[in-house]
Amino acid sequence: MLEIKNLHVNVEGKEILRGINLSVNAGEVHAIMGPNGSGKSTLAQTLAGKQEYEVTKGEVLFDGKRLLELSPEDRAREGVFLAFQYPVELPGVSNTNLLKTALNEIRKYRGLEAIDTMEFLSMIKSKMKLVELEQSLLSRAVNEGFSGGEKKRNEIFQMAVLEPKLAILDETDSGLDIDALRIVANGVNKLKTKDNATIVVTHYQRLLEYIVPDFVHVLYKGKIVKSGGKDLALELEEKGYDWIKEDTKEVQVQV
Amino acid sequence: MNEVIDFKKLIIDKFDGFERSLDGNSSAQLDSIKKDALAKFSSLKFPTIKDEEWRFTNISPLLKFNFNPVVGKKEFDTNEFGKLKLKDSFNNRLVFVDGIFSTKLSETGSLSKLMIAKNLKSAVKENNDMFHKYFNKYADYNEQIFASLNTAYCSDGAFIVIPENKIIEEPIFLLFISTSNEDQALLQPRNLFISGKNSEATIIEQYIGLADNVYFTNAVSEVVVGENARLNHIKIQEESGSAFHISKVEADQERNSNYESISISLGAEISRDEISATFKAEGSECTLNGLYLTNGSQLHDTHTMINHAKPFCNSHEHFKGILEGKSRGVFNGKVIVRPNAQKTNAFQENNNIILSNEALVNTKPQLEIFADDVKCSHGATIGQIDNESLFYLKSRGIGEENARTILIHAFAGDVVKTIKSEAIKNYLEEILDKRFNKES
Repeated sequence: MLEIKNLHVNVEGKEILRGINLSVNAGEVHAIMGPNGSGKSTLAQTLAGKQEYEVTKGEVLFDGKRLLELSPEDRAREGVFLAFQYPVELPGVSNTNLLKTALNEIRKYRGLEAIDTMEFLSMIKSKMKLVELEQSLLSRAVNEGFSGGEKKRNEIFQMAVLEPKLAILDETDSGLDIDALRIVANGVNKLKTKDNATIVVTHYQRLLEYIVPDFVHVLYKGKIVKSGGKDLALELEEKGYDWIKEDTKEVQVQV
Repeated sequence: MNEVIDFKKLIIDKFDGFERSLDGNSSAQLDSIKKDALAKFSSLKFPTIKDEEWRFTNISPLLKFNFNPVVGKKEFDTNEFGKLKLKDSFNNRLVFVDGIFSTKLSETGSLSKLMIAKNLKSAVKENNDMFHKYFNKYADYNEQIFASLNTAYCSDGAFIVIPENKIIEEPIFLLFISTSNEDQALLQPRNLFISGKNSEATIIEQYIGLADNVYFTNAVSEVVVGENARLNHIKIQEESGSAFHISKVEADQERNSNYESISISLGAEISRDEISATFKAEGSECTLNGLYLTNGSQLHDTHTMINHAKPFCNSHEHFKGILEGKSRGVFNGKVIVRPNAQKTNAFQENNNIILSNEALVNTKPQLEIFADDVKCSHGATIGQIDNESLFYLKSRGIGEENARTILIHAFAGDVVKTIKSEAIKNYLEEILDKRFNKES
């Protein structure tokens, strides 16, 4: 589904991603872990199409299409979804309005009719239950005055409504207490099918107890320096990131 | 190029002709006020950008025209009138065509039993006590050339009196139409709104130009909000693109009164709103909100003044601007808290979005606080559409144009949502849609 080849990205003139290679297939959950500043969020936002991030080298194929050539909105319409690390507050824009507009633009892109209002309302009601959101949040402005946990749940709620093929969760666990974490993870797990894939970007292993990854990748200084199964996450939790850093040094010395 | 003309002299020379055109519809009292105002007008100078209050608003383009204060009564095409949509939402309306009251187009049937809603000319004619008691007591023209001009040539406008203890639920709609019949017309509506003790009402004004000709609306409204009264005042300015519009609102608030003003500015080449409120007694509240949309070479200026003369009063101001093209916006919000006005709360906010590279805003809060136990705040922002917000919407599949439209609507929404009239709200939403929804 997703094929990242030798991806290099500059942020404000500084090279942050320095040759990422990653393959994600339908039905898989990949975790990308790494210490702060290793480039995890840059990777997530680059895939979503953040303009300020400059791709200097490499290629990303999404279902065979060149993802990097698409606008952020077309990537979303193709089925990419980014759950933001810091969801943006949009005063004056209601959650319902955002979702309905988004859904209909995605449907239009795929040659589908606009969704019927009644159908839309009953659909969003059922999706809200998935992340245990209060219905009153629907008429409120997007993320405005939401608690940290509500914002993260709202991201997963949007994901549930838009039904992406590839969901990228950028530090969705940061700032969540254990109950909120469980709710968010539960939502993500329920949305999982054999046809979609999830990339979980996180600093901590904690979330991965609830969203169990098929693959774990360690990102360090803009490169994936280690890949493995879910046990790698436990190893990282136990030993911290220092041994990865040491390892990398050794490798570099050897080379 | 227009040649240099003596704007003032040309106007003064037309005074006698103007007086004759009134056909005796005046009173001795009003005549002496007008003569005094004319004398003031001839002694005052037009402001230039060297005057602090007009620093960013250059009115010299206005002074190049030979405006005519004597507007003849010509036939008005009722088809044109039919096309004006907003009026249809209101059952009670006073209509002025080129400054002259139209009995035919006005509807005051159900209201006239509850209150006084008529034109100023007939109030003068019948020697109305309330008129004489309140007229010209608030809009001081001694140092204001445009107010003196309005007063000297005052002939018509709306005269509204809400009696004590009356709650008028249906809004009173005032429509000021400028037709294409007159070129370089000088239209000077003079309004007087009086809210009696414990009364409640909504007054909506719409200024609209039907053709793209040059004219000048110079309006003055005096507003008296009685003890414990509530007055909701909405003004929508949609003058023609080549027109000039200067409007002065002076509100005078008695004890525990509540005055709410929402000013929407859309039209005119150069427009200026001066809105002032004075707290005459304790316990009052005043809200001044506004929204201005400008494009092309338009300039809109908002000058507010809140005079906290007494303790325990609250004022809130929120003005928002959306600017395109080479247009310019000016906001100056003055708040004076007098020495004895303790426990004052005064909040002011001015936010602007600039959608082009060449638009410009000058904003200035001006707080003069002479009391020590007060809460006052002000804030001003000038920015573009937030890129983070735009990216967030796009990442959900919403296209560039739609995302921008959503954010612009949301920005304007802060002011639009404070409008209690659904008809006005919908009308503005439609205007915003047309203006910013470039995709559809």
